Amino acid sequence: MAIFVFGAAALLLFSFAVGPDAEALRKFSAGFLWLGLLLSSTLTLAESFHAEMENRAMEGLLLLPASPRALYYGKAIANWLQLMFLGVALVPVMVVLYDAGTTRILSLILVIALGAAGLSAPGTLYAAMTAQVRSKQTLLPLLLFPLIVPALLASVKATSLIILGDPMNQGKSWLVLLFAFDAIYWSLCGLLFHKVVEE
Amino acid sequence: MSATASNNRFPALPWILLGLGIVCLAIGSYVGLFVAPPEALMGQVQRIMYVHVPTAWNALLAMTFAFVSALVFLFSSDWKWDARMEAAIEVGVVLAFLLCCQGSIWAKPTWGVWWDWDPRLTTTAVLLFAFLGILALRKFVEDPARRAIWSAVATIIAYADVPIVYYSVRWWNSLHQLQSSPATVSRQFWLPLRMNAFGILFLMTAFIMLRARVGSLRLKHELAPPPNAAEVTA
Repeated sequence: MAIFVFGAAALLLFSFAVGPDAEALRKFSAGFLWLGLLLSSTLTLAESFHAEMENRAMEGLLLLPASPRALYYGKAIANWLQLMFLGVALVPVMVVLYDAGTTRILSLILVIALGAAGLSAPGTLYAAMTAQVRSKQTLLPLLLFPLIVPALLASVKATSLIILGDPMNQGKSWLVLLFAFDAIYWSLCGLLFHKVVEE
Repeated sequence: MSATASNNRFPALPWILLGLGIVCLAIGSYVGLFVAPPEALMGQVQRIMYVHVPTAWNALLAMTFAFVSALVFLFSSDWKWDARMEAAIEVGVVLAFLLCCQGSIWAKPTWGVWWDWDPRLTTTAVLLFAFLGILALRKFVEDPARRAIWSAVATIIAYADVPIVYYSVRWWNSLHQLQSSPATVSRQFWLPLRMNAFGILFLMTAFIMLRARVGSLRLKHELAPPPNAAEVTA
């Protein structure tokens, strides 16, 4: 809930950065939505291994007869769902603030689902590292932001095509790119996770 | 513990490479600046190509070497690959930064802007920030075993991003010149380009070797007090 308020406040602030130009706000609304979601995601992701860091609970988890891969996918799916709900919840805020409504709700939810998946796969892996380090608040975005550039780009493009109309039918190729990014990072991070947590 | 053994097999090699690199760069730059004719359309500005293109090749090479070192380290747990990866990332970051600076200097008179959202430019900038992030990660982790494994994982993940960033930005926007091949570059331009490419390659190799040596010495120091801490059980 607090994260939702943070995201909504970010969306409110973006409109002050542009000024009361309704046309410009509508045009950039997709970008604002995803930047709001990205900024909020650093908060949710950083918290995702919080409980495991207390009383060395992580070591206890790793001693269980379950593979670290299961732990990774559990955490990543939890983060994904959280970000997806957050993204869907921020849509009405975007519609109200930027007058950026659309009737293609299902495609919008699909884009948010794929984009949130792109943020959460590398985000969960990096959160597992940075949770154990001092100054994690700086380090997580520093590692995550350059990496998710393609996912952000594709999500913003796809969302903006949904809101502003898609005469050339380009939306599908951005969705394919987003899907490819998700497929690569969900498998690669799952493969590498056990290296990060095992010692 | 073979952290320093192999790097000291040829103690003089990096210094020889350093000298060779400086000589190559001097000849290449002289030919590029004074002998080769100015390019027909862009004029004198085009001469920056003689450092720009070799820097780009070598920046990519340094980062590829970092990626390979990360892979080898994860599979072998051999400390010298951690030192090599650190060295390659640092040299790669410096080259990528130089690349962005040279590109801006060239772009302003040619395209009229300092920066453009072109695939290669954007990919270089993304790579630069991704590898800077990895260097920051290394600074924040004190335990050498964790630092080595985590930064190797981060290097692999960041390197896998390169083609995705490249193609996504290419779909998004493009203005950069298409790549030249030896067939499209005349011989007068070709000589200084190759000289500088080898010059920067030698300098880069020398810097990576020297930096890896420093890294190995530091690792030896960090791993020394408890004698059996040197074995990483990854």
